[in-house]
Amino acid sequence: MEATIDKKILFTYLAEINDPEIPVLSIIDLGIVRDIQLSNDELQVTITPTYTGCPAMDMIATAIRVQLATLGFKKIKIIHSISPAWTTEWMSEEGKRKLKEYGIAPPNPKQQVCNDKLFAAAEAVQCPQCNSYHTHRISEFGSTACKALYQCDDCKEPFDYFKCH
Amino acid sequence: MNKQQLIDYTLHLADNALIIGQRNAAWCGHGPILEQDIAITNISLDLIGQARNFYQYAAQLKADGSTEDSLAYLRKEREFYNCLLTEQANGDWAQTILRQFLFSTYQYYLYQQLQSHTDNTLAAIAEKSLKEVTYHLRWSSEWVIRLGDGTEESHTRMLKATEELWRYTGELFQPVPYELDAPIDFLLLKNNWLKKVTDIFEEATLPIPANTFMQTGGKTGTHTEQLGYILTDLQYLQRTYPGCEW
Repeated sequence: MEATIDKKILFTYLAEINDPEIPVLSIIDLGIVRDIQLSNDELQVTITPTYTGCPAMDMIATAIRVQLATLGFKKIKIIHSISPAWTTEWMSEEGKRKLKEYGIAPPNPKQQVCNDKLFAAAEAVQCPQCNSYHTHRISEFGSTACKALYQCDDCKEPFDYFKCH
Repeated sequence: MNKQQLIDYTLHLADNALIIGQRNAAWCGHGPILEQDIAITNISLDLIGQARNFYQYAAQLKADGSTEDSLAYLRKEREFYNCLLTEQANGDWAQTILRQFLFSTYQYYLYQQLQSHTDNTLAAIAEKSLKEVTYHLRWSSEWVIRLGDGTEESHTRMLKATEELWRYTGELFQPVPYELDAPIDFLLLKNNWLKKVTDIFEEATLPIPANTFMQTGGKTGTHTEQLGYILTDLQYLQRTYPGCEW
């Protein structure tokens, strides 16, 4: 008999794995898991990195193996795919809400940024603490590759912004 | 492109990213202020990530037991195909900034073309990396302007950096044998690069150097003395303790 899998259920199991650097988000919230397929008796999980140099990818791949092994899958293959390239558009709305609650400004909708304009002031990033749009960028690059550092001009709190990508 | 050309070209792309990434990594803990220390090391991380993708592909093409690690850690100086620009010393902040700007501009327009390469893997890596390079280009452009059009001291340092690095830019646009069949329009690449650099230099009140003798050779393995020092540092552990992991 041909074995089948319920992708939806597997995704809920994988949603228990959090990003090691942003523990408030699951790898499903981030859109890192692209697909799950059963090929013969091998379970193939396709994942995509947020950034090419993201050091969390190896840990995430290991966590997926462990999680699926506890469900009884014996043959697991992790496929790393970079095309189509990961985009912040793939982050779930739930993920964006959790990010903001955690104190990290979620990525803006894509059309606003992702250009090479210099000293770009146009990018209005909302302060996750006091909701003011009166903020400014301190550094293009923040505590991890995927974030930039901002400060709120009203409540004065510095905060991370999950960069549009 | 025949298979050997594709392997050499992939290694060239990997080496470029690895070597300038390694150079930038040396700023870790030494940046002028914390935010910029984090910026340059984040750029380093992106570049080393790109290098890993290219090395993994090169290893797969070679199919001779090579791995991304053996390609990065166990090849000799003459076997590296990175451009001379990427291996130049960090110097002061001005020199590092200018090196990054000249290189990011090059990578930006190169990856734009590479995205539609007939080789799907190279195209995918380029598409992915271009998003990161866009940030590198914006960051380094802003710094070139900030320093060039800054104080007398910062302006002087940028002039000195330009005098030091300009001679390594000609090589970027001179195809070597493994690039001849790469579907890259070198004239377009050069024109795009020069226009961008000219625009930013103008805003930074820096002159574009004229009549500079251009150094070449990096892309075919003839390097400046700098690469030896980089590899000594980079490869020390694997040379001393072969196969060491942690």
